[in-house]
Amino acid sequence: MKTTFRLALLVSTALSGAAWAEDVTLTIESWRNDDLVIWQDTIIPAFEAANPGIKVVFAPTAPAEYNAALNAKLDAGSAGDLITCRPFDASLELYNKGHLADLSGLASMANFSPVAKSAWQTDDGAATFCVPMASVIHGFIYNADAFAALGIEVPTTRDEFFAALDKIKADGTYIPMAMGTNDQWEAATMGYNNIGPNYWKGEEGRLALIAGTQKLTDPQWVAPYEELAKWGAYLGDGYEAQTYPDSQNLFTLGRAAIYPAGSWEISGFNTQATFKMGAFPPPVGAAGDTCYISDHTDIAIGLNPKSAHADEAKVFLDWVGSSEFATLYANALPGFFSLNSTPVEMQDPLAQEFVSWRDKCQSSIRSTYQILSRGTPNLENETWGASVAAIKGTESPADIGARLQAGLASWYAPQQ
Amino acid sequence: MAKGRPIRGHIAVFLAPALLIYSALMIIPLFGTLTESLMNVTEAGERVFVGLANFATLFGDALWSDAFWNALGNNAWFFVVHMLVQNPIGIALAAILSTPRLRMAAFYRTAIFIPTILSFVIVGFVWKLILSPIWGIAPGMLDMVGLKSLFAPWLGKEEYALTTLALISVWQFIGIPMMLIYAALLSIPDEVIEAAEMDGITGTSQFWKIKLPLILPSIGIISILTFVGNFNAFDLIYVAQGALAGPDFSTDILGTFLYRTFFGFQLQLGDPHMGAAIATAMFFIILTGVCIYLFLIQTRLRRYQF
Repeated sequence: MKTTFRLALLVSTALSGAAWAEDVTLTIESWRNDDLVIWQDTIIPAFEAANPGIKVVFAPTAPAEYNAALNAKLDAGSAGDLITCRPFDASLELYNKGHLADLSGLASMANFSPVAKSAWQTDDGAATFCVPMASVIHGFIYNADAFAALGIEVPTTRDEFFAALDKIKADGTYIPMAMGTNDQWEAATMGYNNIGPNYWKGEEGRLALIAGTQKLTDPQWVAPYEELAKWGAYLGDGYEAQTYPDSQNLFTLGRAAIYPAGSWEISGFNTQATFKMGAFPPPVGAAGDTCYISDHTDIAIGLNPKSAHADEAKVFLDWVGSSEFATLYANALPGFFSLNSTPVEMQDPLAQEFVSWRDKCQSSIRSTYQILSRGTPNLENETWGASVAAIKGTESPADIGARLQAGLASWYAPQQ
Repeated sequence: MAKGRPIRGHIAVFLAPALLIYSALMIIPLFGTLTESLMNVTEAGERVFVGLANFATLFGDALWSDAFWNALGNNAWFFVVHMLVQNPIGIALAAILSTPRLRMAAFYRTAIFIPTILSFVIVGFVWKLILSPIWGIAPGMLDMVGLKSLFAPWLGKEEYALTTLALISVWQFIGIPMMLIYAALLSIPDEVIEAAEMDGITGTSQFWKIKLPLILPSIGIISILTFVGNFNAFDLIYVAQGALAGPDFSTDILGTFLYRTFFGFQLQLGDPHMGAAIATAMFFIILTGVCIYLFLIQTRLRRYQF
């Protein structure tokens, strides 16, 4: 695979070199090797057709090696012209070292909201160094056939949610909810940060925590742990040793009714599941309350300042910020939603359902990602263990809040 | 006779390749780690000498020291399980294998040794599947003998996870003590055994009174190999429970603690200096253990020359 790809690269470079000596070739560094075909067959041809004279090569590395390989290439000056950006500190560090150019002046930056850009900005928001590409949205995916068979309506409030879980549990055909605590991150990502924004009012709470005006011991930050503590009773037998792939399989095999999800599951579930699926956003406290969703900024693209073809690269980046790119990308990868302010038409019904929440709910990102996971102990990693402890009931929600607050206050000045 | 000794240049020549490779791959990185543990970076990004400040943080700051002592305690328990389960069973298996009347000894020997040559990744994955409460065969098999109530999701419970992993590791490596002891038992000369039989010492008492004292040096070597292996362990925990060594760090050992600190994890960026400090602490723990063995135990073991 890799050899074939390298060969293809070599051949294409040789051919294009001979035929189009005046062409400029841009190379994209990325960790999305899963998306290679989509870039080669869909995205790059569309760009090249509209911009003759610029050729683009998508050159991904394995996800786990990406950060290390990219840093080494940037230090050695051999990195590509365009750099795919991880959110927050990993990219911020590259920008501070001068490995990413300031793109604040790029025309298409106007197409993105402040939340969309926050993952690739300096702390003061003065400079934006990557063009946002996509986000993932959290919610719950459910087995629509199971809901129909048991006569359950899609829950909108917490009371309805737990009533539905009780009904599924009493019936006994399905495991009410497919999630395990073995790998820990699901409990935090699909648990705490999924249901939490409804309690801390999304951005309002998240920014207040960063500013130091709210604490992790405040009720709105402890309450999600209290809700998670109720989840344990609805998870499958032996959920303590259930892994992430176990949960995915339990759901797609039709053995579980509800799956706390991230939208990235959509394409996988579409191919695996044989039943009808639906999705609902995290239920709110009382009917009519404003709902908040985790619409987490995940991937962006920036410019290597040492690129010899910075002007052409900026043309490409401008195009990435356009609605044309957004439509192409969002449809090729259902579940990775465009961050562009212009709404994107998507074909996949499940993806449409997820993205429709953006209109009726307030978007926020995962509370632990920006700034707060910069020190030791790392708040994100602590949240994994804390969410698991809440579900298992090994630590009380109040104790969890106190422990996390003490850890955060030990290194983060605004919380001291 | 020539006066004085001639300079034996060939010794240096013969030693050089091993010495060079060993220095390049072991000694230099070791000293690199030791110096790195005495450095840190300032706010401005400069690398400065900080003396023992990293160790003061590691042992003095509750956030670090709690994690360190937790990892060390888990590591000690990991070692105790190996010493109490792996080595006695290994010795017993070797004793059974070396009885001349046992048929198919070669088959048993091979079968028991095979897990040792398997990769950690395979062992971790297979055991996770066996013990899985959803797809595993462990709950089903216990159900068949009517003991389903004994089943628990062992790898997911704080109180059992570490012991379960230690036993998986014992299952994998039981072949090593077995082979070493088996070789030691075979090397006991027949004259000694025959003399014992003349004196009427046979069967079990022959093992306790004659063979066991003769294989004590081998048991010592196995203990020290187990000690070094366990305190350097990392792979099995990483494969089975991930770098966070869950549930709730109950399976965190020094190796996984070092990995998380040095390379970073998820949103946590790597800290090479604190990582090096942990690596240095591990080095001294293992060094102390080995020294205790070499100077206090091995010198007192009696050796028999046949």
